[in-house]
Amino acid sequence: MIRLLTLLAFLASPALAEIKIQEVTSPGGIKAWLVENHDIAFTALDIRFQGGTSLDLPGKRGATNLMTALIEEGSGDLDAQAFAAARDGLAADFKFSADADGVDVSAKMLTENRDKALGLLQGALTAPRFDTEAVERVRAQVLQVISSNAKDPDTIASTLLAHTAFGDHPYGSDENGTADSVKALTRDDLVTAWKGAMARDRIYVAAAGDITPDQLGKALDQLLGGLPAKGAPQPSDVKLNVPGGVIAQPFPGPQTTILFWQKGLRFDDPDYFAATILNEILGGNGFSSRLMDEVREKRGLTYGIDSSLVIYDHAQALEGSVSVSNDKVAETVKVIRDVWAGLAKGVTQKELDDTKTYLTGSYPLRFDGNARIASILVGMQMLGLPTDYPATRNAKVEAVTLADVNRVAAKLLTPGELSFVMVGDGKAD
Amino acid sequence: MRNLLTAFFLMLALPAFAGPVTSAKLDNGMEVVVIEDHRAPVVVHMVWYRIGAADQARGHSGIAHFLEHLMFQGTKTVAPGDLSKIVAAQGGSDNAFTTQDYTAYFQRVAADRLGLVMQLESDRMHNLNLTQQDVDTELKVILDERTQRTDSDPSALFTEQMGAAQYLNHPYGTPVIGWRSEMEGLTRQDALDFYKANYAPNNAILIVAGDVKPDEVLALAKKYYGPIPPSDAIQPRVRPVEPPQLAARRLTMTDPRVAQPYVVRTYLAPQAKTGDQKQAAALTILAELLGGNASTSLMARSLMFDSHEATYVAAQYDGISLDPTTFGLVVVPAQGVSLGDAEKAMDACLAKFLKDGVDQAEFDRIKAQIRAKQVYDQDNTQGAAHRYGMALASGLTVQDVQDWPKVLADVTPQDVMAAAAQVLDPKQSVTGWLSPEEPK
Repeated sequence: MIRLLTLLAFLASPALAEIKIQEVTSPGGIKAWLVENHDIAFTALDIRFQGGTSLDLPGKRGATNLMTALIEEGSGDLDAQAFAAARDGLAADFKFSADADGVDVSAKMLTENRDKALGLLQGALTAPRFDTEAVERVRAQVLQVISSNAKDPDTIASTLLAHTAFGDHPYGSDENGTADSVKALTRDDLVTAWKGAMARDRIYVAAAGDITPDQLGKALDQLLGGLPAKGAPQPSDVKLNVPGGVIAQPFPGPQTTILFWQKGLRFDDPDYFAATILNEILGGNGFSSRLMDEVREKRGLTYGIDSSLVIYDHAQALEGSVSVSNDKVAETVKVIRDVWAGLAKGVTQKELDDTKTYLTGSYPLRFDGNARIASILVGMQMLGLPTDYPATRNAKVEAVTLADVNRVAAKLLTPGELSFVMVGDGKAD
Repeated sequence: MRNLLTAFFLMLALPAFAGPVTSAKLDNGMEVVVIEDHRAPVVVHMVWYRIGAADQARGHSGIAHFLEHLMFQGTKTVAPGDLSKIVAAQGGSDNAFTTQDYTAYFQRVAADRLGLVMQLESDRMHNLNLTQQDVDTELKVILDERTQRTDSDPSALFTEQMGAAQYLNHPYGTPVIGWRSEMEGLTRQDALDFYKANYAPNNAILIVAGDVKPDEVLALAKKYYGPIPPSDAIQPRVRPVEPPQLAARRLTMTDPRVAQPYVVRTYLAPQAKTGDQKQAAALTILAELLGGNASTSLMARSLMFDSHEATYVAAQYDGISLDPTTFGLVVVPAQGVSLGDAEKAMDACLAKFLKDGVDQAEFDRIKAQIRAKQVYDQDNTQGAAHRYGMALASGLTVQDVQDWPKVLADVTPQDVMAAAAQVLDPKQSVTGWLSPEEPK
């Protein structure tokens, strides 16, 4: 033990990744970030359209989700199978997904046929067909997802939390929609969703890999120039509801899923880094958090428990989750409440120091690969960060003092308002 | 320095796969593989033991996985749980996993922390210290893990039943996590016995991938792992073998928690063997042809696009396995289509394939993707480390891993048809129906 600690004392803060981010503006005025790396003959491209499933119009829940799933199901003169064959023949990889705050496009393409792959992707983004055959086939898949979710305690619990916390705001319901809303969606609804979600006024783009700034600029104009200039209005902010107490929904099975939440804070809050450290100590990096120690290591109540600062574009929360055997529910809820109350009184200097070395040490490890870099770069742009942020971020973590964390613990954590939803046959008292 | 090292290690440089790969062996028998990737200051450090759930004594199911958990409960010099805390305090992450064929431990840290994680990992290779209280707590954790991952999920329970029906004699029929009744009886002594019998440098493979130089890794490996004596108790991995499988098996399971009924079929299938991966490569491409692509594979075209009888189809095969593995097919029927009709449609598809042969255009696209994968894979060093570890712990060699892309590229349509004709044999199959209520 002593030898180990001696060794640790000699280790300095790890080298920061040299991430050279270039800002690229295409001839047509589209902005992107780029990390050039010509070691491997492919490019990773990430595009995020802000808004996502929260842009669904009243009564059209699920439209953005279904639309996004149909982007790869045929475009221009290619039907779904012809599109898939063309993409695979080029060995390009396109992924389309939608979440509460955006529609994401992640693409990988070989240098040897990049122009053809870009042409195919351009067709998907700007001229999706929404053929009846494809709409019905994918609609049937979405309906199966909805019926599966209705029997999945984890999904039932997260939907219950969302509805309790966010009410009638789009954050408060399942972005897949309901069976009824999805069945009622027409081709016109999908076209409306596509035009509303995928427009140039909400684009964030990043690329990493074997492409130069000039090549990227031209590619962006080719790829995105044909999109509508303006999309649907963004949703409004929503106030997080924190009713306190426990909302329980019975569900057959040996385990109960427990989710818990309270107020959070924005990324641009001056206390964000102190709160991040606080959350790490609460339930962040898995094995070494207070929740993990008390619930798993000391009592063996669960396989895992975690917490996270959830930062949506229009709301924030501090959330946690755990699944336990039905007969352990009351004990687990009590332990979570006790951890919360204990943490509100403050953290130790050692917890702060360990968490700082974790956060500063793990940060450079994120940038390990073109695909990961492109995705991180899009996220940074959406948060309004400067291109030199990777070089300055650790200093912001280091600057947090014990007094800062303890002040934020007392202010942010509200043990009396900690709210629970649980789905299963366990009883909270 | 370099000369000194050469005296101790047989160094073998191999052609690039995901960056330069170097392999060596310590005097105590521990294999070492170094994969270089200098793009980011990160290293992945893994130790793979050639011991998995299929090596357990009968009646002790779950012991390999239980020991994996207990390996985090401290040594003579590191307190329970501290290994993960020390790694996390350095910004790293760590975890472990157990399969039928191996148990692996890994850490991902800044490249200049490699010595620290080697010190910790080598320490627990021979200094594990288990208190009864820690064992009792961790037994609750693995029972909860089983509840969460298996007992709460009818699909996971069904997969266990399918495996048990597929293997008449081989231990692959027993789930890795263990049967609950046997898990409940596992003791501290069982874990210590399993540890002493199987955890030793001559039963382990060290994989280090990332921003490191092979001679630096080997110097550290020699410092930390080198002093651990080899064990003379390591047993050859000779497991009970399957008798001829003469009867097709059928399972029907109902569980009210099932949301989506499906039909699944597995066939006993050969694994990749060292120096002989051709059939495994043909089966890999067969799986792609039958159910790989969601739009253009044979089952997708006929069941999802032409007849609309299915909403999801897939074919699955992974040749990395110490003993014979399975080739799997799954069909999720569309609303209103019975499991019986879905199974008929699947069988009609297979019959058509065996009669008509390979669709050359789809075959060419799969080959193009296999070539491209070699490019894309270079972006994921941790994935490469994982492939080497799995292969070396499953009876393959570094050379086999290096050869695999070429073996895949050389597969012909005739190879695929020959493999299909051999493997798609009803007598060696299990067909399962999972549904919420008794099928009509």
